[in-house]
Amino acid sequence: MCLAVPGRVLDIGEKDGTRMATVDFGGVQKEVCLEYLPDLRVGEYAIVHVGFALQRLDEESARQTLALFEELGMLQEEFGDPWEQAAAQAGADSTWPFADGPFADGPLAGEATAPQHAQEEGRP
Amino acid sequence: MKYIDEFQDPALARRLLDDIHATVTRPWALMEVCGGQTHTIIRHGIDQLLPEQVELIHGPGCPVCVTPLEVIDKALEIASRPDVIFCSFGDMLRVPGTGRDLFQVRSEGGDVRVVYSPLDALRVAQDNPQRQVVFFGIGFETTAPPNAMTVHQAKKLGIRNFSLLVSHVRVPPAIEAIMKSPSCRVQGFLAAGHVCSVMGVGEYPELAERHRVPVVVTGFEPLDILEGVRRAVRQLERGEHTVENAYARAVRPEGNPAALAMLEDVFEVTDRAWRGIGVIPDSGWRLSARYRDFDAEHRFSVSGIDTREPAECRSGEVLQGLLKPHECEAFGTLCTPRSPLGATMVSSEGACAAYYLYRRLELGTAPAAATTPLEASPVV
Ligand code: SF4
Repeated sequence: MCLAVPGRVLDIGEKDGTRMATVDFGGVQKEVCLEYLPDLRVGEYAIVHVGFALQRLDEESARQTLALFEELGMLQEEFGDPWEQAAAQAGADSTWPFADGPFADGPLAGEATAPQHAQEEGRP
Repeated sequence: MKYIDEFQDPALARRLLDDIHATVTRPWALMEVCGGQTHTIIRHGIDQLLPEQVELIHGPGCPVCVTPLEVIDKALEIASRPDVIFCSFGDMLRVPGTGRDLFQVRSEGGDVRVVYSPLDALRVAQDNPQRQVVFFGIGFETTAPPNAMTVHQAKKLGIRNFSLLVSHVRVPPAIEAIMKSPSCRVQGFLAAGHVCSVMGVGEYPELAERHRVPVVVTGFEPLDILEGVRRAVRQLERGEHTVENAYARAVRPEGNPAALAMLEDVFEVTDRAWRGIGVIPDSGWRLSARYRDFDAEHRFSVSGIDTREPAECRSGEVLQGLLKPHECEAFGTLCTPRSPLGATMVSSEGACAAYYLYRRLELGTAPAAATTPLEASPVV
């Protein structure tokens, strides 16, 4: 929750008197509040936390960070279905988060995202 | 150096590491404040790539972990009420209160909803004028401004059925408390980059001077951590103690002035209890008098809850850097992400979760070996 994710502004509008934007995070699009970075423009990058743009970022570092977050499964953690993730955590401990052991091929071999195939039996 | 190929730019990682190895002459203990940094460190084995003399101590920087049990219990109580829609970030769902969590409250019929942004919770309130909508406002300086803006919006739009259960915490007083503790071993800090994106670096020079401790503002990627360590070690070896910004691409010295102004308007500084640690003076925010109407604790009576911390859980020591997660007796046996005793085992930024995710097999605490005493296992 505490990690901010870089995204690129696609368009800017207004809602309830508040400056809002559609921001793309490596494929996932979210509505983001621009009140804290009012002069951010379409095409620019910013780090975004819980739906608020907090600081400008240059394109190169934004791309690098996004690529890394994607590879590490952190985008799934941030934008995936939290109920599925919680269910997987609650009910699928024997396979969560790794199917066959994180150190089989080095520490990055198993990705630490909650599995996409969240076990159904753990869900309410 | 078995993990070096995993870095985004192995050549640069190698250069930074070589520099750290060449600089170090004595043992140094650095604390990475942020839980996101802890996960990067453990996931990439950065602690194992560093020279033996450099020890990384995990800090209290996980907002989910430090939210007091009492507040979690209040959240569970409010979320169970039939007239309430309780909105939260996803990572609070499985944080254990006394005997249950939000995930269970929902399975028992509570209307618990996960939102991506606090503004989504405000929209839920607009869409459900006949119900009370409560948002769980936890987090550090990165999360507080969005929540402040949301309350400000609620007031501006005259939305009466929205309130915030507030448990915001501030990093510098926690650093202060750690430095003042008699058992403190920390000699340098890697400060949390995103906190500084909002706050700037202005809170640190005085702290660095008073405790003669280097503070390096650091990002979250493996190369960021290595660069933070490199700069902190260089300062320590030279006997310096200044504030350096190693995350300039996302941190301006002045922070985000608009966010700071909103924080000032909506919140006021207050003493706050940290789970497992206790009360730290001036370490939190609560709604200021002008916004007291939006305080869920005022709107709902939630006093007199009997909170009980599991006796086995030593997360307080883990959060203060006094104990490594696997040194807790319950680690991987009584306490797993499936049935966590402490928040540090379920939060995506928790130190116990990091060790469980990435070091479990190495530590001999995988399910098959769950009864193996830690002492008999290869310890990192
Ligand atoms: S391993 Fe579990 S019981 Fe031990 S300190 Fe961590 S959260 Fe608490």
